[in-house]
Amino acid sequence: MQATSNTAAVTDDIRQFVIENFLFGKGENLQNGESLLDRGVIDSTGVLELIQYIEDRYGIKVEDEEAIPQNLDGVNNVASYVCKKLNHVV
Amino acid sequence: MCGICGILKLDSTHADPHQLDRMIAPLRHRGPDASGIHVAGVAGLAHARLSIIDLQGGAQPMSTTDARLWITFNGEIFNFVELREELVRKGHCFATRSDTEVILHAYREYGEDCVNHFNGQWAFAIWDTTRQKMFLSRDRLGVRPLFYTRTRDSFLFSSEIKALLICPKVTAEIDLHGLDQIFTFWSTLPPRTVFKDIFQLPPGSSMVVESGNIRVWKYWSLEYAPVEEHGQLDEGRLAEELLSLLSEATRIRLRSDVPVGAYLSGGIDSTVTTALVKKLAGDRLRSFSVSFEDAEFDESSYQQEASSFIGTQHTNVCCSYADIARVFPQVIWHTEQPILRTAPAPMFLLSNLVRESGFKVVLTGEGADEMLGGYDIFKEAKIRRFWGRNLESTWRPLLLKRLYPYMENIQRQSPVYLKSFFRVTPDDLVSPFFSHLPRWELTAKLKVFFSDDVRSQILPGEAFAAIERALPEGYLTWSTFNQAEYLESAHLLPGYILSSQGDRMAMAHSVEGRYPFLDYRVVEFAAKLPPNLKMKVLDQKHLLKLASNGLIPASIRQRPKQPYRAPDGKSFFTWAMPEYVNELLSSRVLQQNGIFDASAVSALVNKFKAGRANGVKDNMALIGILSTQIVIDHFINQSKGPQDASNFEHSSCH
Repeated sequence: MQATSNTAAVTDDIRQFVIENFLFGKGENLQNGESLLDRGVIDSTGVLELIQYIEDRYGIKVEDEEAIPQNLDGVNNVASYVCKKLNHVV
Repeated sequence: MCGICGILKLDSTHADPHQLDRMIAPLRHRGPDASGIHVAGVAGLAHARLSIIDLQGGAQPMSTTDARLWITFNGEIFNFVELREELVRKGHCFATRSDTEVILHAYREYGEDCVNHFNGQWAFAIWDTTRQKMFLSRDRLGVRPLFYTRTRDSFLFSSEIKALLICPKVTAEIDLHGLDQIFTFWSTLPPRTVFKDIFQLPPGSSMVVESGNIRVWKYWSLEYAPVEEHGQLDEGRLAEELLSLLSEATRIRLRSDVPVGAYLSGGIDSTVTTALVKKLAGDRLRSFSVSFEDAEFDESSYQQEASSFIGTQHTNVCCSYADIARVFPQVIWHTEQPILRTAPAPMFLLSNLVRESGFKVVLTGEGADEMLGGYDIFKEAKIRRFWGRNLESTWRPLLLKRLYPYMENIQRQSPVYLKSFFRVTPDDLVSPFFSHLPRWELTAKLKVFFSDDVRSQILPGEAFAAIERALPEGYLTWSTFNQAEYLESAHLLPGYILSSQGDRMAMAHSVEGRYPFLDYRVVEFAAKLPPNLKMKVLDQKHLLKLASNGLIPASIRQRPKQPYRAPDGKSFFTWAMPEYVNELLSSRVLQQNGIFDASAVSALVNKFKAGRANGVKDNMALIGILSTQIVIDHFINQSKGPQDASNFEHSSCH
């Protein structure tokens, strides 16, 4: 699938992934800005699943030092991180 | 070892022998050698026998010679030889050599306190014809099961729930509070079971049913020394004492009129018990183990090493993914409760191997992890508490990686994420459940799969409140390490390890497990030990390792702890999904049963089918949902009984 760097589209895509994969469809109340860790949505395997997903889906490489909550904790944070990677900002 | 059941009519009518016949029939796997029924007016007892001690004279139900006391008994009183001598000195005359008769005379001599004289694993009921009173008891740690229920006109009890459900006036209905507890603690909190109005007698408890009233009391409970009583002790001397107690516990557990074998998992605990059996019983000891096709779970090299070192004739059954999927419905027929791991399934295959090898009795290492500081959860709690003393520390959380060397997903985490997953808050630090919060909170997340209807009937926090109410007096005076040991020993041990993984899997193939580490003298000794002798810094089972120096191979003493695990969700998806899984996880059946949200389960199943479900939570969810659906299928919908266990084909390891 062709990756897109449109932030809104990436946000929707990440949100869909999180809802389907971690909330099993029950994600109506999920706020894009909220922490997935605080909400208990994501566990140690979940972080790896998320990394694998964005790497496969967007053809990016998440470096070890980038695997931090500022980049990966929350739909908006992930989308913004992915877009920066796609635009080679980080 | 046996199956027992009984009836006490509360409306003064006579107990029905045909009903006893029907009740004992589904317990024949517990006792295939003989069966018996005794009816005396309002009371009736039934027994399915696995003959182990006094093969000729031990038939049950058994009575005193004056026929005033009748008993149906499942288990063993290992110190029956000494007790019998004591009772003979007091003037009692015995007609048999069995331990069963010793219980009757001990009851006559000591009354309801007789159980304090027993060293063993038991569930029994004595019908006292003179007082028209039924006395029931269960061993201290809950090795043997005992369930009961009350209908409008009867009190009914049994070794397994299926014998109660056969009675027309007993209806099978899921107890949502029990289910909530399983999806938090992995087991229900006694007396609750996962079936509404069906109860279990808690471990270390006795009960009397008399004149229509039920009285239950605890005759024994696990008590640890308060923090201030832990002094500096000579660990060499204590290691010797531990070994001596374990030898004695093993010695009396070899009392049997049939050959005794040993489970050998490749870990320290069963290697110690096997080595002690070999020392005490001499030549030609047979040992048995399960190995796994998947190297991630396999410990066969350690098993071979232990067997060669000790000198046993070793036999192994190899367990594949397909084996687990194939036997899982039968496994749940025996567990009679939902489970969150498939780990009982290989134990089911193992007991089949033991039985086919001609053995009825095995000694195993259960209990050492709980009593002597073996579980990773104790280590995890210690590290989290150490870190909690300096929450800002950047290196302390890195110790957490040392906890789970076998878990890749933990090894790959950055320090920041590690801190989040093993999060310690100031509130956590003062919680009485500090050690268990991560496990219980993780497990409780599985409730996201409950249907809206089920969730509306369970109050958030209800399970935690229930376990808090069940805490014993003095709990808060114990060290945090001992608090963690207590939670494992009082709940997970009887509720899951000894039942779903222990008694039920062994008895499925008429095999009796005996556990030297659960001799109450060993347990009481361990409970008084200072925690730093059980886990010295982060060295698990430190005192046991000292005690077993020279007894077992050094490589096994020094190897890192590998918890017993089996492949979970993957077992059902590595190849064609078994038809029953397809059926029970279909939207139609999920909606019909009403416990789970069909669309959420469908998303989970899709994740497994796509090969993306690798986490603990997803795996526990799948096994929990599937096993609950099987429980409903077997015991509530009764669409079919368990598949025939006699047609197993053993796979072999390549």
